[in-house]
Amino acid sequence: MRTPLSWLAEYTDLAPGARGADVAASLVSVGLEEEDLHGGDITGPLVVGRVLELEEQVQKNGKPIRYCVVDVGQNGQMLTEGKHQEIVCGATNFEVGDLVVVVLPGAVLPGGFEISARKTYGRMSNGMICAEDEIGLGHDHEGIIVLSRLLGEERAASLSPGDDAIALLGLADETVETNVTPDRGYCFSLRGLAREYWHAQGSPEGGFRDPAAVVAPDANGDGYTVELKDDSPIDGNEGCDRYVARIVRGIDPTRQTPSWMARRLTQAGMRPISLAVDVTNYVMLAVGQPLHAFDVDRLSGSVVVRRARVGEKLTTLDDVERALNVDDLLITDGGEQPLAIAGVMGGASSEVSDTTTDVLIEAAHFDPTTVARSSRRHRLVTEASKRFERGVDPKVTAAAAQLAVDLLVEHGGGTVDPGVTDVDRTTDRVAYRLDVTEPSRIVGVDYARERVVGILRDLGCSVDEQGAGTDDRHILVTPPSWRPDLVDAPDYAEEVARIDGYNNIPSITPTPTEGRGLTHAQRARRVVADALAGFGLTEVLSYPFVAEGLADQLMLPVDDDRRQAVRLANPLSEERPLLRTSILASLVDTLRRNVARGQKDVAIYELGLVFRPGGPLGTAPIPSVATRPDADTLERLYAAVPAQPRRAGILATGQTEPAGWWGPGRAADWSDMVAAVQTVASALAVPVVVANDPGHAPWHPGRCARITLLDGTLVGHAGELHPKVVAALELPARTVAAEVDVDVLIAASAEPVQAQAFSTFPPALTDVALLVASDVAAADVESALRSGAGEALESVSLFDVYEGEHVEAGRKSLAYRLTFRATDRTLTTEEVNGFRDAAVASAASATGAVQR
Amino acid sequence: MSGPNTNYDPVEVSALDPANVDSAVQEALAAIAAAASLDDLKAVRIAHQGEKSPLALANREIGALPPSAKAEAGKRVGQARGRVGQALSARQTELEAERDERILVEERVDVTVPALRRLTGARHPIELVAQRLVDAFVGMGWEVAEGPELESEWLNFDALNLGPDHPARQMQDTFFLDPVDSGLVLRTQTSPVQIRTMLEQEPPIYIVAPGKVFRTDDLDATHTPVFHQIECLAIDKGLTMAHLRGALDAFVRIMFGEDTRTRVRANYFPFTEPSMETDFLCFACHGEETWGSAEPCRTCGGSGWIELGGSGMVNRKVLRTCGIDPDVYSGFAFGLGIERALQLRHGVQGMHEIVEGDIRFSQQFGMGA
Ligand SMILES: [Zn+2]
Repeated sequence: MRTPLSWLAEYTDLAPGARGADVAASLVSVGLEEEDLHGGDITGPLVVGRVLELEEQVQKNGKPIRYCVVDVGQNGQMLTEGKHQEIVCGATNFEVGDLVVVVLPGAVLPGGFEISARKTYGRMSNGMICAEDEIGLGHDHEGIIVLSRLLGEERAASLSPGDDAIALLGLADETVETNVTPDRGYCFSLRGLAREYWHAQGSPEGGFRDPAAVVAPDANGDGYTVELKDDSPIDGNEGCDRYVARIVRGIDPTRQTPSWMARRLTQAGMRPISLAVDVTNYVMLAVGQPLHAFDVDRLSGSVVVRRARVGEKLTTLDDVERALNVDDLLITDGGEQPLAIAGVMGGASSEVSDTTTDVLIEAAHFDPTTVARSSRRHRLVTEASKRFERGVDPKVTAAAAQLAVDLLVEHGGGTVDPGVTDVDRTTDRVAYRLDVTEPSRIVGVDYARERVVGILRDLGCSVDEQGAGTDDRHILVTPPSWRPDLVDAPDYAEEVARIDGYNNIPSITPTPTEGRGLTHAQRARRVVADALAGFGLTEVLSYPFVAEGLADQLMLPVDDDRRQAVRLANPLSEERPLLRTSILASLVDTLRRNVARGQKDVAIYELGLVFRPGGPLGTAPIPSVATRPDADTLERLYAAVPAQPRRAGILATGQTEPAGWWGPGRAADWSDMVAAVQTVASALAVPVVVANDPGHAPWHPGRCARITLLDGTLVGHAGELHPKVVAALELPARTVAAEVDVDVLIAASAEPVQAQAFSTFPPALTDVALLVASDVAAADVESALRSGAGEALESVSLFDVYEGEHVEAGRKSLAYRLTFRATDRTLTTEEVNGFRDAAVASAASATGAVQR
Repeated sequence: MSGPNTNYDPVEVSALDPANVDSAVQEALAAIAAAASLDDLKAVRIAHQGEKSPLALANREIGALPPSAKAEAGKRVGQARGRVGQALSARQTELEAERDERILVEERVDVTVPALRRLTGARHPIELVAQRLVDAFVGMGWEVAEGPELESEWLNFDALNLGPDHPARQMQDTFFLDPVDSGLVLRTQTSPVQIRTMLEQEPPIYIVAPGKVFRTDDLDATHTPVFHQIECLAIDKGLTMAHLRGALDAFVRIMFGEDTRTRVRANYFPFTEPSMETDFLCFACHGEETWGSAEPCRTCGGSGWIELGGSGMVNRKVLRTCGIDPDVYSGFAFGLGIERALQLRHGVQGMHEIVEGDIRFSQQFGMGA
């Protein structure tokens, strides 16, 4: 909502010398957020000029240019050179003799645009003839301002060249723009904002002058026929509970909107259109009541307000034909032809035109929910819908109509019909029994009873301290008609705190009794994240939106769970409508972006949720909010939310150990990924088993590790990506990847680690070299060695793998170091040899290993 | 070795002659002093202390002396050998020290050549900022609560007093799931976590809920469709707006330093009533108003204050929806965007670097900036 200071000053007393920023600060202090400041940023000379001569030449580009001589009075070239101002102008909408607005060298226009004499189109231009938008008056850049058109002949006739145009056009007037929250619909008006400004000044006696305080006649039988026929109210609320209709006849359609009104509309961000429309908008801005002007000649005799029928259509003022919904509330002509979507937008057929002489002014009160739904349904947010949605004062209706009628009569030359229609089914608000100590208890400031009562009265509430139900602690409060938001004790507490000043609220640090600290899962996730970063990986975050084709690019089998993705109904990009089912799915983009930016060695990870519906989405119930939903409903509510396991995804390309003065580097390979997963597992002290997995997309079938817990629960996969996946996703060759189910590791580490005793006797080492078939997994050999070696085995380490000329084809040599240690004695060589032989025998029977 | 000679004349055994002994000592000492290296000294040791050295030979003659002469000769030779031995060991120590010194010089390397032979990792600063805030509140006795990112509409909106026709619900720019009647959305705020907690946990409740949220905004300098919030909720007996303000002050001090102050004003949020908006004193210009000056403060834009975020006392309707009696318990909630906290605290200018995943961004922050 934009508020010109000069207009605001009509309804309340501005603090002496208050500028836009001060007014904005005052409004902020009572909770009205400042959006912007406009105007007041123009420095003269900006003067009235009369065009004396003009010479038009068409340029090579076909554009006509006018070389003008303009009388600007005792200014500019008249002072320095003794001649009239010479100005080049690109507009052609003026004649010799017209009064125009001239900005002279030395002036600064809005936006810091400094004016100087400069050569243009071959001649010196000593300033500029201004268009509306150039001086912040409006948005019009069709041509330059001709003052007789802007201000009317009469007003223009009183002007002389050289007059100050800043004062003339109110350009020094600042406009404060405030954000209006949904609970303060009344602040979508000068009336509401003036009241709030007045509160910010301490609500001084007589400091607020209500623009709606006009006398409107009561309804009489002679008014235009209006019927309210809502046969399907929403939630029991009638779509329209008040409708005032007034008619002004004999308006002179050639009459222009007065310049002051046009200027205020412009300042408020609205375009002047025609007198009748401008008057309705002006009154709406003044008192917050949206009005509609119908051309009486296009109506057949009565207005019926009803819900739309199936199949009805209406072409609205924006020339869009709209299919109406049965929930739309309509203003209809005689119950048939739709004239408007109530509270949203009027129709083209009954629009006032430049020949309209008789106007019907509609001032009505519509149900917020009805208007909100229509506005949303038709994607039509209008000045009217914004106000009705937030609640319009149901008592201002007749006054608003009266204000409009008065303005039409005054400026349009019409006469008002004696008949007055006011169908009023509004009900009065009931008093709320307020505990006067409640604001103190909610806010934490000790407010005296008189302070509470005083503030509520200033706000427009009527307060009864004597009536039935009142006592030392309780009063009866009836909120003002423009405050539908005041319902409950907290609402009144907020008002008391707001007007008393939020900054009077003290600061008391709350002291919870005790906290359990982080849960195991929360702590474990940090361990995982830190372990991966400590391993040399850089944490990144990626958007979870992925493309439909990605599953194919990742070569996921047709029946793979990861193809069951959740789809967004309104994705940001139609190219990425799905939510990721793995971290890698979105992390590949991040890797590619880094590579595209010239990073060669990229090793990244992300920890986050993936979305695994496991089938079609269910439907989450929408229970009532009046009470806590029952256990069964809550169960269904939680169950309808798809599984979202937490995963870690890892991707690397380039070198993990860079080349340097020490020699060549080492490229990231499958083993780095297995090691990363093992690092995470051991950071959480979770033992894992690694196995070759020849068939898990998107990995290379010969370079993929399946990592499980000892009980076989899947932890994740690690290795090199499939070359076809690498090609399809345009990743660097030999990109390696891992994905870990963090939830599994968290669950596996939930129990406290139980310490094992260890021996202090010396270890005995022995090495064995085993020949096995090339396709035997080293992990299987190791596990067989372990199971055969007996309890004294402390560790097994594979220190050499050899395939080549010294070993027969199809076999490989694995060299292991076995470390033995007993808990109670130093082992003898004979004992150790016995253990080793047992281990080798076990490996032989399990894997066919032969000792070399 | 000859046997004892009873006719032995000590004068005739020249090796034991004091002068000869002395000269052997002098020769040995000279040779020891002249030894320039441990190898030299080793040769000297063999020559003057070895089995064939003059003093060793002299010592051997003592056995042949008559008992009366043995003592004196033994003493003389013993002293002589002692002197040589001492000199040898002193020189040995000296030369070893010299050698050790030399080795240290020889082994010198240029330690300024690059030493890091592997990649160093880093955490993402969004996570670090969230962690810092969480830790501070956990330290004050609060607990961390979390919930799903894909959430039911009822928990994300309705239960928070955002009914289907509420104007604020349309401000939210929600990602809906297909089919739209599934009643599921990507959560637009972390507040559904508060609802879940209140539905499942008896007061007193003091929770902090960090997490990822989603809005249908295109990425630009100030917006991103995926961002992070952190929200705090307290439900207890006797909580007032003063406690809310106290918690907010603590929050701001943790993030922006001890000397930060807040100012508060009314605002509107459906979830809270009364509601509050908080600004805190700009930590860059310390509240000095630079509005309209040649160089307004870049951090606060010149107002001297920075908007923190919305808060308020939990709406009674919301408490009732969660099965908490508003006549017994009251509570407050507040939250802020972690991206914004990161931008402010670490001078991050835009949004792109936070969300793009360029490793150079995270790497500036190490493991816990
Ligand atoms: Zn600042």
